[in-house]
Amino acid sequence: MTPTDTDLLIVGAGPAGMAAAVMARHCGLSVHVVDDQSEPGGQVWRAIETVAATQRAARLGAAYQVGADRAATFRSCGAIFEPQCQLWQIEPGFKAFTTRAGRAGKIGAKAIILATGAQERPAPFPGWTLPGVMTVGAAQILLKTADSVPEKPVWIAGCGPLTLLYATQLLAAGGRIAGLLDTTPRARLATALRHLPRALGRLGDLAKGLGWALALKRAGLPTVRHVCELQAEGRQRLERVCYRCDNGRSGEVAADVLLVHEGVVPNIHVPLTLGCNVSWHVDQQCFVPVLDVWGETSKQNVFVAGDGAGIGGAEVAEIRGRLAALRVASRLGMLSEDDAVAAARPEFVALARALALRPFLDALFAPRLQVFAPADETLACRCEEVTAGELRARAAEGRPGVNQLKAFTRAGMGPCQGRQCAYTMAHIIAAIQHRPVAEVGLFRMRPPLKPVTLGELASLDEQEPAR
Amino acid sequence: MFRKLHDPGPAALTIFVDGRPVTAEAGESVAAVLLRQPEGWCRTTPVSQSRRAPYCMMGVCFECLVEVDEQGSVQSCLTPVRDGMRIARQQGRRSLGA
Amino acid sequence: MRPDIVVIGGGTVGAAIAFGLARRRQKVQLLDGDDGDFRAAHANFGLVWLQGKGLDMPAYQALTRDSIASWRSFADELEAETRINLAYEQNGGLAFCLGAVEFEKRGLDLLRLHNQRGEGEPDWEMLNRHALERLLPKVTLGPDVTGASFGRRDGHANPLRLLAALHGAVARHGGAVRHRTRVQRIEAADGEFRLELPDEVLVAPRIVIAAGLGSGELARHVGLEVPVHPERGQVLVTERLTPFLPLPASGLRQTADGTVMIGATKEECGFDVSTTSDAAVRLSRKTVRTVPALEQARLVRQWAGLRVMTPDSYPIYARSERHPGAFVALCHSGVTLAAFHAETLAEAIIADALPVKLAPFHPRRFNVPKAA
Repeated sequence: MTPTDTDLLIVGAGPAGMAAAVMARHCGLSVHVVDDQSEPGGQVWRAIETVAATQRAARLGAAYQVGADRAATFRSCGAIFEPQCQLWQIEPGFKAFTTRAGRAGKIGAKAIILATGAQERPAPFPGWTLPGVMTVGAAQILLKTADSVPEKPVWIAGCGPLTLLYATQLLAAGGRIAGLLDTTPRARLATALRHLPRALGRLGDLAKGLGWALALKRAGLPTVRHVCELQAEGRQRLERVCYRCDNGRSGEVAADVLLVHEGVVPNIHVPLTLGCNVSWHVDQQCFVPVLDVWGETSKQNVFVAGDGAGIGGAEVAEIRGRLAALRVASRLGMLSEDDAVAAARPEFVALARALALRPFLDALFAPRLQVFAPADETLACRCEEVTAGELRARAAEGRPGVNQLKAFTRAGMGPCQGRQCAYTMAHIIAAIQHRPVAEVGLFRMRPPLKPVTLGELASLDEQEPAR
Repeated sequence: MFRKLHDPGPAALTIFVDGRPVTAEAGESVAAVLLRQPEGWCRTTPVSQSRRAPYCMMGVCFECLVEVDEQGSVQSCLTPVRDGMRIARQQGRRSLGA
Repeated sequence: MRPDIVVIGGGTVGAAIAFGLARRRQKVQLLDGDDGDFRAAHANFGLVWLQGKGLDMPAYQALTRDSIASWRSFADELEAETRINLAYEQNGGLAFCLGAVEFEKRGLDLLRLHNQRGEGEPDWEMLNRHALERLLPKVTLGPDVTGASFGRRDGHANPLRLLAALHGAVARHGGAVRHRTRVQRIEAADGEFRLELPDEVLVAPRIVIAAGLGSGELARHVGLEVPVHPERGQVLVTERLTPFLPLPASGLRQTADGTVMIGATKEECGFDVSTTSDAAVRLSRKTVRTVPALEQARLVRQWAGLRVMTPDSYPIYARSERHPGAFVALCHSGVTLAAFHAETLAEAIIADALPVKLAPFHPRRFNVPKAA
């Protein structure tokens, strides 16, 4: 496949990616968008094109259906869209390397917007690798894309708006919930209320969230509050969930499926492999790319938009996408600086308004520290099956850094490349060595960003000049 | 583990899971189909042969790896079903036709 | 507590020396640099290799031969002490030859090496394709594979486990392993060495500088000029596969875990440790030409390391004349030479005299002026 050249490469066709593409096209840039899924929509509007035409679209809510309109606008904006396309490397210049349908490809671009969104925060606990344990996000994707619900009444454990939203959607679909294990720590609401005055600017969202909570209460679901420990048990599949609360109360329930959720964190994999600076956000215990107001990273002409820039939701993502596109357009000479700033002004205002609820949500759903201190027998690294206990033992000898720990234990060397274990490793080292997590950091992340085959690599155009 | 809320009707197609024909619907992922099978699990790990099933459904956990039409270690949550597709659960380490 | 010897550099070279010293009852401190440092030890391919070594430097062939002769007992001892399985196999090794020209050249090079050695039975042979196929029953070779050279004494081990075991063994013998403890300056005076660390000054009567690419600067402090420069090597690793490759080859080996390692490039690009798509593509093409079935294997990781390269590529071992008690040791074959470092070299350091057979490895061979 010969390389294609474009002004702007956008990685990810979710809310941010689509909004950026539409704006960039509006400014006259050539745009190429890649996404590893088969349709645009990201996670929040996953499978929207397929689903929009069906009956079930209605019960997934208005916020989901908005995506149909966005996808249509995106499809007709004139951007090249490559679905089912996996990005495995980006080199300076820029040259982006992809695979699709078994063949490698190369895209040349003057600027890049990374809109790869977020993932659920890894929250390891003993037994979390058993078949039957999944994330709440996974279950929601199954509801959207396959109209599927757990066969038996499901247990949901965790904290965060997605947990409430999914529970509401599941009940509306006729699914059954056995109970909720709420891990929100005690007195969290009191702390969060400090931010309420600012949050009142988003009364609609607040009311929506409250509505979910009340609907669940009305459904009379067994709810256990202030759960601080979880354990999944069973022979080769989930059979039981054991839990313990902060007041010492413990219990055990039979379960076929357990859904877990402890918030979302930005996908920083690609920015890290590009060498972009990241900063540690103490409240959300995660790294976020360092960005200017337009979303540009510390690498020139590399931008991050959407939840990958910091969790903000779909509306915020779209605004950030448009801002990044405007900046790229002015950078590449398609728009004067003044025009870009003028077009951006209302976006900045809207962004501030849209973000008003975040401090409240971030405080209310701040990750509890037990999430980062799993019991010794927990498989901290799922891929290489390395336990937290092993990591602790190794971290205590000679105080190695996180790269050394990875080299000695193999944790982080599997196909997920740290997406499910890097934060856990950093926290374990920090705890054992009494160092701040931000200083420990994450181990070096490198391409390939996704495990491509040697055949796909070998198929890259023979005509390419050597480096 | 999971069940579909509606009958695919005309959108139904057939894929094969370890040789067994299974009904699927155009537009859903292979992982979604696997989660509806009685086994639930989709592979055993190369490290300890432990059973695993899809966990994140969005491509960041690599638990849903299966063989699709003879290509191994494919993320089934990112693979839409196609009529006649042949899926095989991966057990332990992969074997190449070396 | 004052150490007898401080080894600066916790890579495969430094750790092997420290292990050798510690088990000979020296009070050793092994100082390792920062977590993000260039660590050749993390990028090693894992071959314990003799064939092809030392063309035009017979002393290096001899050195390698010595180390390999004692690698088995070295590994056994380390494993017994630390319970870390080094996965050392010594069943011979291959170098695939693609095309008749490559095959012929390989044969001639090995013959030359044999003649330079001047004694002993040949411990290698050239295998034509037919013989090679018999040796590798589970492998279908690509059509371009003409044959391979087979070295009887070659083998492979797990380089990261080796490093972990060496660190562990140093500690078990009473040595101190200190990570994230970079030496900023060395002051040599009055028969001892003052090492400036981030938070303290460490004094020792003897030091060994085994800091890889960081050795040049430190060695200057003790009156030694050691020219080293980085040569980048990129390596690919696949997912785990069922065993199919029973012997390691230079550039292609299947580990005990089942992963297949593919390497390596040789690039002059300064201290750049980026991985490149170009290397991924070139290494994949070569691999798929050799074993076509590997085109289905998934690449899980790619890394780049900087080889500790000297002007002639051979090791540097030296004792400072201006500041007796200071030694330098560096090479880019730390795994193969680990047994030698842990035994002969460690003994020599304790005796404060390098044996004559190591004279060819002194940096004076580069005719560089001594530090003022």
